Amino acid sequence: MNTISQKRRKRKQALIAYSFIAPNFLGFAVFTLGPIILAFIMAFTEWDGNNPMQFIGFSNFTSIFSDDRFMSALKNTIVYSIFTVPFTLAVALGLAILLNQKIRGRTFFRTVTFFPYVASLVAVAAVWNMLFTPSEEGLINQLLINVFHTEPLKWAASPNTVMLTIVLFSIWKNMGYYMVIYLAGLQGISEDLYEAAALDGAGSFEQFRYVTLPQLKPTTFFVVIMLTISCFKIYDIVYMLAGGSNGVVNKSAIVLVYYIYEEAFRNWKLGQASAAALVLFAIVLIITLIQFKGEKNYAND
Amino acid sequence: MRSQSTNKLIKNIIIYILLILLAFLMLVPFVWMVTASLKMNKDIFVIPYQWLNPEPRWLNYIDIWTKIPLAKYALNTVKLTIIVTILQILTSSFAAYAFAKLQFKGRNILFLAYIATIAVPWQVYMVPQFIFMRNLGLADTHLAIIILQAFSAFGVFLMRQFYEGIPDSLCEAARIDGMSEYKIYAQIMLPLSKPALSTLTIFTFVNTWNDFLGPLIYLTTDSKKTLQIGIKMFISQYSAEYGLIMAASVLSLIPVLIVFIALQKYFVAGITTGAVKG
Repeated sequence: MNTISQKRRKRKQALIAYSFIAPNFLGFAVFTLGPIILAFIMAFTEWDGNNPMQFIGFSNFTSIFSDDRFMSALKNTIVYSIFTVPFTLAVALGLAILLNQKIRGRTFFRTVTFFPYVASLVAVAAVWNMLFTPSEEGLINQLLINVFHTEPLKWAASPNTVMLTIVLFSIWKNMGYYMVIYLAGLQGISEDLYEAAALDGAGSFEQFRYVTLPQLKPTTFFVVIMLTISCFKIYDIVYMLAGGSNGVVNKSAIVLVYYIYEEAFRNWKLGQASAAALVLFAIVLIITLIQFKGEKNYAND
Repeated sequence: MRSQSTNKLIKNIIIYILLILLAFLMLVPFVWMVTASLKMNKDIFVIPYQWLNPEPRWLNYIDIWTKIPLAKYALNTVKLTIIVTILQILTSSFAAYAFAKLQFKGRNILFLAYIATIAVPWQVYMVPQFIFMRNLGLADTHLAIIILQAFSAFGVFLMRQFYEGIPDSLCEAARIDGMSEYKIYAQIMLPLSKPALSTLTIFTFVNTWNDFLGPLIYLTTDSKKTLQIGIKMFISQYSAEYGLIMAASVLSLIPVLIVFIALQKYFVAGITTGAVKG
């Protein structure tokens, strides 16, 4: 008797719990989990979205790795990450230290530094496109000519400087976000450590070198991982800064996600697009696994 | 003693020089945007740039509404943003309550499914997702954009983190008083989770408002487009209409600016929830 009613109560509890989860989970399972599984299947098929799918094994992978545009996309994405990650990190850390000082207008400076991160990309990219105008009249070229006395640059209009333009813009747009993470990290460092260091005769630089940096190690690790993943997902910045009027990005600036987009929605080669998507996934997965491992190490410390 | 105060002075001078540089770097693009939006096209790329414009051309802010269906774009964006934000908040907090406060079979597995997909970038499965939605007849509909944004794993994760921090004894006491789980959720948990709800609101709002790739893939009919895509199309077609482009950009930034300033502290809280170990 007792066990039956207990069982029933348990079942009723489970049903209530499922009713809480159902609205979100149904949407999530159908529109997220399903497509993720489909992505893995599609990568091994030839499909244009209309005719029947054909299983072709690893051919999509061999054909993207011999595709010039894919290799450029992979290379550009890696180059973009290699330059964006360390510079964004360094600037964000510098800004966090600067805006952690007791100074007037601190909140104001934090707000203006953070705002580009939430500002619509289309709007801020439109401004920077004009500031980076390749002609001499552009504000930034004016700065180069009059203040730094150097030759004006062609910025996004030249294959030599288009990546530079994209990197500079994304540092500007995203540094505020990572600054906020570093600020939280800085505020977590105990004042006692600085006092002890000061008693030992450590100056500002030594304090930074022997207290701040080691204490921020977990934060830095987290920032590197997040930044790298977000760099590999870049698409919209490239589309806005380097896409021509027809939206086509040429080889000097093409990135992985743009390649996926192009193969799928312009060429309707869904299999190849999915194969490229799996390459992106593999890269992100490796970075995530490094993160898991790293977090365990920090937890053991 | 004297050298110490000189040191401090030097330090302060350096700090203020850096702050001035920072302010320039962050504000000049926005100031330029506003000043250029009040100019004729031919006056924008002149040397030296006129920061103070004696005759602001307000006409740009009138013309832009007729040059492109800006009001329609804005309306679409507002509609999508509001629906997505409400759905996201309701379904996430609902599911998170079960994950944090109820015991049931399969809880860990289901939650693991959520966590695992946070690690899969949307870009990896955007193609099959589109094909799937197209087969359901949802291509070029607002419903597709809503579905795309409203069931994020991030929302469930964020809300669950917060609910875990609320003591279980509170729910237990309510259960003993005979409250149903739905009542506990609505009358106890929801009011207590205002900070987390605010964080989720501002994140969802900003993400939906600024979303670019989703609407770019899904929305092809002009009258269905959002502000971001609409303005981008305008830039592609009339790349030399600098004044109008800047006016449209300024207008599209205003709502984000207002929401951001009002809810900034929740934004910062949301970023650091995921970032700080603890």
